[in-house]
Amino acid sequence: MSVTAPTRSLKFWQGINQALVEEMDRDEKTFLIGEDVARVGGPYGVTRGLLDKFGPSRVRDTPISEPLLVGLGTGAAAVGLRPIVEIMFFDFAMLAMDQIVNQAAKYRYFTGHSLPLTIRTMCGVGGPNGAQHSQNFEAWFCAVPGLKVVMPSNAADAKGLLKSSIRDDDPTLFIETQGLLTSRHDVPTEDDYLVPLGEAVVRRPGDDVTIVAIGRQVDRAIEAAEAVAADGVSVEVVDPRTLAPLDRDTIAESIRKTGRLVVAQDATAPFSFAAEILALAAEECLTALKTEPRRVTSPFINVPTPVPLAEARTPGVDDIATALRETAGKG
Amino acid sequence: MNSSQNGPADDRLARYQLMRLSRRFEETVHEQFHEGNVPGPLHLSIGQEAVAVGGCWPLRETDVIVSTHRGHHHCLAKGARADRMMAELLGRADGYSRGRGGSMHVAIPEIGLLGTNGIVGGGIPIGTGAALGLQIDGRDDVAICFFGEGAAANGVFGEALNTASLWKLPIVFICENNRYVELTPQSVHVAGHIWKRAEGYDMPGLEVDGNDIDAMTAAVEGAVGRARAGEGPTLIEAETYRWFGHYAGDKAAYRDEAEVETGRAGDPLVRARADLSADEADAADAAVEQEIGAALEFALASPSAGEEVLFVGHYAEEVAS
Repeated sequence: MSVTAPTRSLKFWQGINQALVEEMDRDEKTFLIGEDVARVGGPYGVTRGLLDKFGPSRVRDTPISEPLLVGLGTGAAAVGLRPIVEIMFFDFAMLAMDQIVNQAAKYRYFTGHSLPLTIRTMCGVGGPNGAQHSQNFEAWFCAVPGLKVVMPSNAADAKGLLKSSIRDDDPTLFIETQGLLTSRHDVPTEDDYLVPLGEAVVRRPGDDVTIVAIGRQVDRAIEAAEAVAADGVSVEVVDPRTLAPLDRDTIAESIRKTGRLVVAQDATAPFSFAAEILALAAEECLTALKTEPRRVTSPFINVPTPVPLAEARTPGVDDIATALRETAGKG
Repeated sequence: MNSSQNGPADDRLARYQLMRLSRRFEETVHEQFHEGNVPGPLHLSIGQEAVAVGGCWPLRETDVIVSTHRGHHHCLAKGARADRMMAELLGRADGYSRGRGGSMHVAIPEIGLLGTNGIVGGGIPIGTGAALGLQIDGRDDVAICFFGEGAAANGVFGEALNTASLWKLPIVFICENNRYVELTPQSVHVAGHIWKRAEGYDMPGLEVDGNDIDAMTAAVEGAVGRARAGEGPTLIEAETYRWFGHYAGDKAAYRDEAEVETGRAGDPLVRARADLSADEADAADAAVEQEIGAALEFALASPSAGEEVLFVGHYAEEVAS
């Protein structure tokens, strides 16, 4: 008889908060800097309590200086610290591109030394935040050698992957999804819950169609899979969890098994993560494919501010279910 | 300072010899460039040696610096070996970055050299971050951030001064004003005086004759002392002159002969040598010739970096993606 590990229901942000507390407790070389992270605990409360627990040297509110923030992390990591830098919204990472792409990502290449830097940021639609506070740029960073890119889809992975990211000796971009912050999932209560980087997971086994989904689209893909099961379509849901390095084997194995592929993401389609998965399918699984692969993405337009409009732009469960049925030939 | 990695601060002979080493290193690598042996760009710091040697003289090996695209003199002043530097610039396997980085990507963290840099201003946040790390770690080491007057136009300069001052970070910002920003004079790039910007960030700002090794050393010693004592950052603008073009091969036709002649007349090596006896200066020169000769021999004997260096060193564990 198998024993199920004890779990506790947590919100996504609580998984992040627990990971930060545990890792900062574990290693005094860790510290957290970012805009509004200390006194108020972040605009969404993700870092609440950390200042009181770890003090003002290791938890610091910074000026609004994103390029500097990343450089602060890089320089501190270079002298032996293990920094965690928060960039409040993913959109603001655009200001810090030199420090992320030209500097942090190339440090090991130039020096042969580790750079244990974690950059946390928050992507996607999740409130009335508009076109400069809601974007998904994950694919841009997956194109940079030297960086790792992590994108959890639930509270358990948020906790386990963030702990692994902080312990990792390479610069890691950890992308939190705004629309998931208050979503609940069961999180193992074990003392030191780690999820390894670079390992995808099959969320739901199935035989007819593979759907690869990231971020907020993972739960939607599972819900859509349940919906189409009623129509006799068996769907396998794969969550890559780490986008770079990508667990190509798990994804390819699923595509070869089902012969049908749908990819779901919040980002727009051109040159995106979904485009990379379709390339993978073409390069590694072409003869196994029974029909054309599909991408379920936001249209190539900007994010509007009002929530109903922003949500209308983003793929929903119905969009995914339709794509799954059509791909399975039951549309 | 007895903690100095290079010896007593009043050791004029040793500082002269280090400047001479930098000068002869660059003259030699410049010759190698014209012989086609340098597979990458080369930005010479000839004429600016006193800024680097004076700037690094008060430092320990555990102190750190960040440098720029024009940074050979900083590297040598912080303790880089001339032979492995030469090998790197000549694209050889025994170079500090396996011969695949070249002049703008020399980094030797084990001696506190966090890197030259191919991006103007790119090192400023990193130097500031190193200072933050030293502070959080409770060390009394300091960081020195070298940058040019061109980099002062970059946004990160203001960001770094602001945060370094707010947090009293142990850092000295040394602006090496060589009067040219790439291919145009500083008058096109720089409003006002860079050292005066310190006042707006509530930190000391100093203007120093960057061709006077004693003045440079004294200014940086004072600033390093402040930083070590937890009193925060200092901004120093060192006035110097770039003897050659922006890059090796740039004939600098955009400036006139008279200006160059005047600029070169301030040669920091000539000035430093004047304080030494002819015998000791000659002996220092001879020692440098020997070291440079050996460095060139070492570099030329090292195999050219081959394709085996292409894939290594991107991640802690090599991964395919």
